[in-house]
Amino acid sequence: MAIEKFSKDHEWIRVEGDIATIGITVHAQDQLGDVVFVEVPEVGRKVSAEEAVAVVESVKAASDVYSPLTGEVIEANADVASTPGLVNEDAEGKAWFFKVRLSNPAELDALMDRAAYDEFAKNG
Amino acid sequence: MTADSPASAPLRRTPLYDLHVAAGAKMVPFAGYDMPVQYPLGVLKEHLWTREKAGLFDVSHMGTCWLRGPDHATTARALEALLPADILNLKPGQQRYSQLLAADGGILDDLMITRPEGVENDGSLLLIVNAGCKDADYAHIAANIPSGVRLEVDENHALIALQGPRAVAVLSKLVPGVESMSFMSGRFAMLDGQTVHLTRSGYTGEDGYEIAVPNAHVAKVWNLLTATPDVEAIGLGARDSLRLEAGLCLYGHDIDTTTSPIEARLQWSIQKRRRDEGGFPGANRIKTELANGPSRRRVGIKPEGRAPAREGTEIQDTSGKPIGTITSGGFGPSVNGPVAMGYVESANAELGTPIQLVVRGKPLPAVVANMPFTPHRYVR
Repeated sequence: MAIEKFSKDHEWIRVEGDIATIGITVHAQDQLGDVVFVEVPEVGRKVSAEEAVAVVESVKAASDVYSPLTGEVIEANADVASTPGLVNEDAEGKAWFFKVRLSNPAELDALMDRAAYDEFAKNG
Repeated sequence: MTADSPASAPLRRTPLYDLHVAAGAKMVPFAGYDMPVQYPLGVLKEHLWTREKAGLFDVSHMGTCWLRGPDHATTARALEALLPADILNLKPGQQRYSQLLAADGGILDDLMITRPEGVENDGSLLLIVNAGCKDADYAHIAANIPSGVRLEVDENHALIALQGPRAVAVLSKLVPGVESMSFMSGRFAMLDGQTVHLTRSGYTGEDGYEIAVPNAHVAKVWNLLTATPDVEAIGLGARDSLRLEAGLCLYGHDIDTTTSPIEARLQWSIQKRRRDEGGFPGANRIKTELANGPSRRRVGIKPEGRAPAREGTEIQDTSGKPIGTITSGGFGPSVNGPVAMGYVESANAELGTPIQLVVRGKPLPAVVANMPFTPHRYVR
């Protein structure tokens, strides 16, 4: 059973074992509007929590995507980089950005669950 | 009067504000107004819709004013002292683009000037200026026109723009005869029982019209037009991407007091008589730049990859030497890729010159490209 978490930067995180899959939330893509460019990190990159590792751009503006967790990028989604509109279609599914092998799973405790995130997004 | 700074002043609303909100528009502050940046359709689809059918824009935040004098020659010469276009030889019903210039040739604002038709309007000129500059423009014009010519700010009309290939078919059903108007011309007409002023012009690169409608009637006209299946309401977001693809300057970004019309490659808007005679602010600089070439020029820029390069991005030559800055940049929906414009040193301004753009610290390859990025479809 996967653990689902959310960050203050509007990323979603799905954790299975020591692997976290990360993308941006439906709320985030709604705020961005039509997504026209996505840049995903290179496999093998060591990332620390809160580090900007990917980019999502809408017609209006560019935004960084942060890794909410420390670890190593083991996979990046080439589909979302080649078809940025996937983010608008299926932000919390097919449009995942990258997967990280966690080096400090305790960091998960600092993240929100869905109920807390929904409340956060409503007020933010 | 209060001492409130502009930032804390309440946002102004156009007469169409309630309709925008009711239509589900996302409202944002722009030039002191609360304006629709997009409707539920979204920027991308709004942009493409305008290029395919017809988009309706609320541009009532822009400034409309009249310059009125005893006869055309007197009023034209008063305005020619402030800008480099030939106004004297404007025919009744003809419209022209120009720039209000500072003494050093920098651009205070860009604007459209129409000489209205009708003998009763002889001596009047209709000016449309940018929202963010209008108060300064009015003060500048009023302070620099001779007695006998007066500035009259028009707060009684809203301005809407119908743009796109279907605009002519849609508008000619409501105002027969507009199909025969040529690009950059204006006339008065009756629309739904009201006198409106139409020009065949706009700022999207498409055929279309700008329509000045009395404030009290503009909501009805807006509803009449948006009820047409070919017409969608379009926000400022798509207006920006449309004008960028069309290679058109946005004041405060691509042109400002630090840029001259020649650096901005607007020399087409300075007619021969004015180049020869001068008599406008910055005439010496403009004459010199026309003769010798300016040290930098505005150019179109096509990034080779998919990453958009935004305003403020550093432009380098292929050796990494900084040669300029991007002034407008983003994703062009019709181009289906990133497009930009900016200023580069003239040595690097040739079409096809390879350059690089520093995006998020990385130099990305790009090329100096022809503008417009999408062909203009004006009806001459």
